[in-house]
Amino acid sequence: MCQECGCGLSGAGLGSGHGPATGPHAHAHDPAHAHEHDWVAASHAGAHEHHPGHTSGRLLELNRSLLEKNARLAERNRGFFRAKKLLVLNVMSAPGSGKTTFIRETARRLAGRLRPGVITGDLATDNDAAALRAAGIPVVQINTGTVCHLDAEMVARAAGQLDLDALEVLVIENVGNLVCPADYDLGEDLRVVLLSVTEGEDKPLKYPPLFHSAHVAVVTKSDLAAAAGFQRELALANLRRISHHAHIFEVSARTGAGMDAWVDYLEQQRAARGHAQGWL
Amino acid sequence: MHEMALMSEALRLAEESARAAGAARITALRLRIGALSSVVPEAMQFAWDVARRGTLAETAILQIEPVPAAAQCARCESEYPCDDFWTPCPRCGAVGGELVRGQELEIAAVEIEPAATPNQPCVRNADAV
Repeated sequence: MCQECGCGLSGAGLGSGHGPATGPHAHAHDPAHAHEHDWVAASHAGAHEHHPGHTSGRLLELNRSLLEKNARLAERNRGFFRAKKLLVLNVMSAPGSGKTTFIRETARRLAGRLRPGVITGDLATDNDAAALRAAGIPVVQINTGTVCHLDAEMVARAAGQLDLDALEVLVIENVGNLVCPADYDLGEDLRVVLLSVTEGEDKPLKYPPLFHSAHVAVVTKSDLAAAAGFQRELALANLRRISHHAHIFEVSARTGAGMDAWVDYLEQQRAARGHAQGWL
Repeated sequence: MHEMALMSEALRLAEESARAAGAARITALRLRIGALSSVVPEAMQFAWDVARRGTLAETAILQIEPVPAAAQCARCESEYPCDDFWTPCPRCGAVGGELVRGQELEIAAVEIEPAATPNQPCVRNADAV
């Protein structure tokens, strides 16, 4: 029996009555009576005692975010990018939503207005970078190996390989993945999530954290909408539901439909930041 | 999928604190995971089984404290529980409430076992912190 509160639960490991997920003593405790044995007394099949007073163990309260280190590096990136007067985009989507083509066409349309550079992340290959380089865009490829997302440190390293003074917009093409990139701030100004018409209207509902975190949602491949049987109103309603802060664009990078509005938006965003920060 | 990266970071923070406190080993590690975070507790458990090998927490137990999600209404400012990102405010019906809880990915605490020599641990390491 538990000696602190007499709850009757004997400690015999995680799978025992003290329960794995909700903490050993899931019943209400007086806060003043909160104590370390709440969650550890049941461990180790009685190998040793953890009760206060006669314990060999000691509890260290940490209460730290697992993303704290990344967040710190991301803030450093953000400050650095700001000093370089860059508008920085973090472009995220599922694999195959058209990120590379969208970025290439965005860069092409920015020509003469804003100078773009690209950092592109993939598990392997240099294909995306080659495609962008062929279009005359300064680009650095990050190969993440087995890592499913970019983090702030990878971006800092890659950014060092670009001549940032010669750029005004930095586009970071994240690894194709709708889950993990949601958690990693890279130091961007805008989180841009792509949803292609071939993916299904309910994608935002299936991957809410990433869509919820977006500042901009872009429906891509709109030229294929009819062929894919894309239910536009339903997709937009789902996007508005999850990404309720996001600006929504509908584009076809291939035909150019909707691209002007998107590029105008980027120009406005950079100008707004320049005025707010006093460098424009 | 990034559970392994998160678990490695949890172990890094746990070992850092445990070493500073002069621990011989970590006997328990507690994480706090929000219901609307992007990680799956089962995948964290799997990552734990792999990542703890060779660390001070090799024989420790992992406990995951789930944090139920709650949002604050943008209109009437009342706080209400939610299971997703789009539950409207039950009081006034407004949509688009801001999440105030439920996306936690935190290490709450570690339990440590001090090194065998009673004199060794705290003093020296307290200076190092």
